[in-house]
Amino acid sequence: MHPALSVISFTTLSGAGYGLAFVLALGHGNPAALSTKIAWVAALALISIGFLSSTLHLGNPQRAWRAVSQWRSSWLSREGCMCFISYVPLCLLAGMSIFYDSFDLTLGYVGAICCAVTVYCTAMIYASLRTIASWHTAWTPGFYLAFALTAGTLIYIAFFGPPVGSRSTQIWIYLSLVFLVASWAIKHFWARRAQAVGYGKSTMETATGLGHIGKVRLLESPHAMGNYLTNEMAFRIGRKHALKLHKIALLLGLALPVVLLALSLAITPVALVFTMLAALSFMAGVFVDRWLFFATARHAVGLYYGGDEALMPAD
Amino acid sequence: MTSLPQSTNKKLGLVIDLDTCVGCHACVVNCKEWNTSGYGTALSDQDPYGANPTGAWLNRIHTFEIVPDNSSNKPKGQGVGEVIGTAGEARVVHFPKSCLHCEDAPCVTVCPTGASYKRPEDGIVLVDEDKCIGCGLCAWSCAYGAREMDLAAGVMKKCTLCIDRIYNEELEEIDRQPACVRTCPAGARHFGDFADPQSNVSLLVAERGGFDLMPEQNNKPVNKYLPPRPRSDLGEGTQFSVPENDTKGADGLLGWIDRALSGSSKQKGAS
Repeated sequence: MHPALSVISFTTLSGAGYGLAFVLALGHGNPAALSTKIAWVAALALISIGFLSSTLHLGNPQRAWRAVSQWRSSWLSREGCMCFISYVPLCLLAGMSIFYDSFDLTLGYVGAICCAVTVYCTAMIYASLRTIASWHTAWTPGFYLAFALTAGTLIYIAFFGPPVGSRSTQIWIYLSLVFLVASWAIKHFWARRAQAVGYGKSTMETATGLGHIGKVRLLESPHAMGNYLTNEMAFRIGRKHALKLHKIALLLGLALPVVLLALSLAITPVALVFTMLAALSFMAGVFVDRWLFFATARHAVGLYYGGDEALMPAD
Repeated sequence: MTSLPQSTNKKLGLVIDLDTCVGCHACVVNCKEWNTSGYGTALSDQDPYGANPTGAWLNRIHTFEIVPDNSSNKPKGQGVGEVIGTAGEARVVHFPKSCLHCEDAPCVTVCPTGASYKRPEDGIVLVDEDKCIGCGLCAWSCAYGAREMDLAAGVMKKCTLCIDRIYNEELEEIDRQPACVRTCPAGARHFGDFADPQSNVSLLVAERGGFDLMPEQNNKPVNKYLPPRPRSDLGEGTQFSVPENDTKGADGLLGWIDRALSGSSKQKGAS
């Protein structure tokens, strides 16, 4: 699939925003502290920038408001609805912290649930598609939720967390190490399944219904140049560099943050620098990984264009 | 509303005969011709006369080649010597593809705005372009590549089964069928109601063993495809493997020519 920058930014930024809001909504951070007030603004900003960027890939963004109407059947519509619904508790909580130095745990739980449900809806847009076998699994919402939580935790520790060197900072760092490893483990299972599943049950033979004659091969494409389908669904570059990019994603998203977090425990005077770098590195890793999520996805329509044979990079 | 209707009164759709399609692309061109000035916005092209022309089309023809491994796969009930394919001999199949107006159409349910819908009266899947935000998710959900974004208008385009022809009483009755069906010079496309077991399309499907594309995707497509018919086994008649220089058994005039020419070439070769 074509990795649209707007959609990648949206899923990573709003994911991190909801992760941060989730941590804050569970009551972490002193509501009277300036850092907590800024954290609330940052969470809402990440969410909003993400959603605004998602409208950039629309053909007619001025009609985007219509997207909240079909929540009965469409995960994209559900996500749009949840985005607006979750603004209510999150903005109230942010307002309470910023203007009244206060916090309400019941409202916090409501906000936290809204964050999780919204990220789940985002992931289900992709997981619900039968045409892309590698996305069509419960592992997809699994790693979207895990990455959102890990991003939120890392950003919270680095920018808005308890003072450096305190006992609670240490606990937060151990916790984030667990989240880091767990989320990449989930992603690993997803990737292993994705590699094995290919086009799922569909083949060029089932696509054409001609398998009873023999092995089917595309002799002539319906059009000489690309079209919307081949540009959108049959993205090549990702396949070519997939392995290299996967290593880069793991380096930025897992190895570096783990090392940086360990360093922050060891060298407390500059611990904040390390935790900040860990958060930024993780976000960069997730960004590369999300790019791969789209770029390496095989869409069933590719089978009408010759399947993998046609999609292999032209060196 | 993008929830699918429980059932539709009619199931209008196409039967496409893979045996008779000659791959002339007349249906492709006539589809574009009719629909660029019909339902909804025009079907735009980008860079149409330039180096990299692209555009939105609602009907495309792929061409596939199948080379059977063996000739033994004789279909039941066929004449002596008739096979679906001869080992080593390619069968070329032209494969027209447009929207299949699925009963369980994922393109309808994924639509966030209600722009995509399936008509309860005849089962036609349509896009209300005034509601379409151009998110492209319906095209992602379609396994058949039946939907293409119009990059000029930013809305999704798809086959309407020529809804502005089939019910159009201004047209002669013979023209009240989809443009692709009306124009096909080979009679490879048929239009009708699959809900009626006695309709032309239902009878064709029953008689010729019409099948679904990608049944494993569980979309329950309405359009059906008819398989290529069996044909005479090409046997050894097509094998062009007579050894060169083997003139054994030549007699009479041909034998004399053979001997005379062989002799001269030998002499030439020796000199």
